[in-house]
Amino acid sequence: MSEIPAASAAAPLEEAGLRRLLGSARNRLLLAAGVVVVGMIFFVADDSWLTVLNTAMLFGIAALALNVLSGYAGQVSLGIAFFMSVGAFTAAWLGGSSSEIPGLTYSGLNLPFELWLPAAGIVAGLLGALLGPTALRLKGFYLGIVTLALVFIGTYAFKNLHFISNGAVGRPVPLPGFGAFSFNDFSTPNTIFGLLVDKQQLWFLLSLVVLGLAGLFVANVARSRAGRAWQAVRDNEVAASIMGVNLFTAKMGAFILSSFLAGIAGALLASYTAYTAPDTWNLLLSIQLIAAILIGGVASVWGSILGAAFVFGLPAVLANLPQSTSENGFQAFTNNLSTILYGLLVIAFLLFEPAGLIGLFRRLQVLARRLEARRTGSEGGETAQTLAASSAASQVEVEISKLPHGSV
Amino acid sequence: VAFFLQLVFAGLALGCNYALIALGFTIIFKASQVINFAQGQFLLVGAYVVSVAIFQRHLNFFIALLIGIAVTAAIGVVFERLVLRRMIGRPPFTIIMVTIGLNVLLLTAVTIALGGTQLVQPPAPFDFVGRFNVAGITLGYNALATIGVTVLVCALLYGFFSYTRYGLAMRAIASDQEAALAVGIKLSTLYALAWAIAGAMATIGGVFLAASVPTFDATLGNSALVAFPAIILGGLDSILGAVVGGVAIGVIYELAQAYSPTSLGTGFYTIVPYLVMILVLLVRPYGLFGTRKVERV
Repeated sequence: MSEIPAASAAAPLEEAGLRRLLGSARNRLLLAAGVVVVGMIFFVADDSWLTVLNTAMLFGIAALALNVLSGYAGQVSLGIAFFMSVGAFTAAWLGGSSSEIPGLTYSGLNLPFELWLPAAGIVAGLLGALLGPTALRLKGFYLGIVTLALVFIGTYAFKNLHFISNGAVGRPVPLPGFGAFSFNDFSTPNTIFGLLVDKQQLWFLLSLVVLGLAGLFVANVARSRAGRAWQAVRDNEVAASIMGVNLFTAKMGAFILSSFLAGIAGALLASYTAYTAPDTWNLLLSIQLIAAILIGGVASVWGSILGAAFVFGLPAVLANLPQSTSENGFQAFTNNLSTILYGLLVIAFLLFEPAGLIGLFRRLQVLARRLEARRTGSEGGETAQTLAASSAASQVEVEISKLPHGSV
Repeated sequence: VAFFLQLVFAGLALGCNYALIALGFTIIFKASQVINFAQGQFLLVGAYVVSVAIFQRHLNFFIALLIGIAVTAAIGVVFERLVLRRMIGRPPFTIIMVTIGLNVLLLTAVTIALGGTQLVQPPAPFDFVGRFNVAGITLGYNALATIGVTVLVCALLYGFFSYTRYGLAMRAIASDQEAALAVGIKLSTLYALAWAIAGAMATIGGVFLAASVPTFDATLGNSALVAFPAIILGGLDSILGAVVGGVAIGVIYELAQAYSPTSLGTGFYTIVPYLVMILVLLVRPYGLFGTRKVERV
């Protein structure tokens, strides 16, 4: 492994952080590949593809939020949609403008994007801090049922808080805008480094940045003292508590971070569709997000993103497929293909690969290495190399067996 | 007073529906400590099958009902055999999710079967819309039938759990799994049996739930969510609790719908069952009749 040359002695902390991110050749290669892929998508993809990607990325933030609570800390929650709705309506109320239509009474404070987006997360997080002590007294099924009730109570509350939500019909949500960029006003062209960008491309960049930051943050928290405490609580509460983990603090931490991220995701999703109504944030959304983390990978940042892409991106992709019009039953089948797929996949993954798509991916990596080892062994007959390769493979296998198989 | 009694009667009928649904949850939970989030779609599938059998195959109501019961019971047994059997020992989150997976599958299956037509005529054994008056209270046939069937089902269940070999065995595994194994009770048979009974309950509950509305669509299964407050109130593992909780929640719901003040906004009654449930969870998490094995940290 080659060390990266010290860029500046004045910023040792930054350098250490960068080295951790970009330290190995493999990471730098991955990053470069990532930048190329993102760049290609950015320039090549048309608006319909960008819409799919943006939706998937924004839901990816929500899946990440759920994964913090359910994946890392092991607390069942069906209430993620509630915290997303809190974020959405906070954003709508703080950033939106008051109704100009007579008879409609919703109001807005016209605050800028830099304020309403963090505020959406903070309000959701505070509400999580408020509800956490009550909810987290319960475990397992009971916690699941209480958080389910939260979704219904939230829908009722927002339907009746007319000044925030305009009742059941919902209200417009402001679009982001900062500095020279406005996602709303294209009368003056938006440019980045001299390149003209349209609305979907702006959203693509914004979603990518927010998702990237959220992902980095969660990945790092998961390796911190707090994150390890969450995982200890998930795996065995009694053992964790004996080791000195404060169960309440650990669960509350996960609950608040999860609520915060869910609030951000809700605000951005509402802003992306420019409109929000209380019924959007229903139980189905919670269930879809749970399906996303199960399919993608529990307690994994990449798993959250992959799973969200699968559950929320696939329907849009399948909708682009040619639809059969000849036979009614078949058409109904293809129209519901994504729903069937994800119902089946949730069961299949739980049964056969509890680590999700990410687990599958890691398994394939091991398999590929083993195959490679076998091939080089038979062709070249270099015994030493084969041994080294196979021992490397078995090492990875050991790591996999340490994954939280089943202990989701 | 007549208005109040009318509401109580309506609540009683609704509550019996909830009780039938809640029984399905409770029987499975009692046997295997699993909460079946797909129970709602069992209702939907049951009501749909019965409806198709009556209106498209022109079968007798009772034969149709038996077919419906057979179908949902079979789905329950197959799911238990193929999926849940392998999930024993997994944490609650995983098990909740696998039943939610089934929930999605069943819902989609019925949506596809319905095709473009989203509405189905509810199955009914006789003229369910009929009604008569007693002392100023209107008693609908459907409501009376629901109450009657609930009482009958409860009596059957009571007999089953008190006198039959399998019923006693099921109570044994509920109270102590290892001891039950030691005296030669076969767990796998009983788990399957529990799922079969729950499936059958769902069809009965689904038929009466569907009969209380003019037409039903694929959202029928969502009504099962209202059974959650009922089972929590009654105690998750108590058959008696499911019935009492169901009836109580039904009456509370109807009364709240009629009497909730306008200052609380529209739709307040829809969350009253959940508020009751949260209160119960905080004060008495094992419910009115549940075993005091409190799931708290």
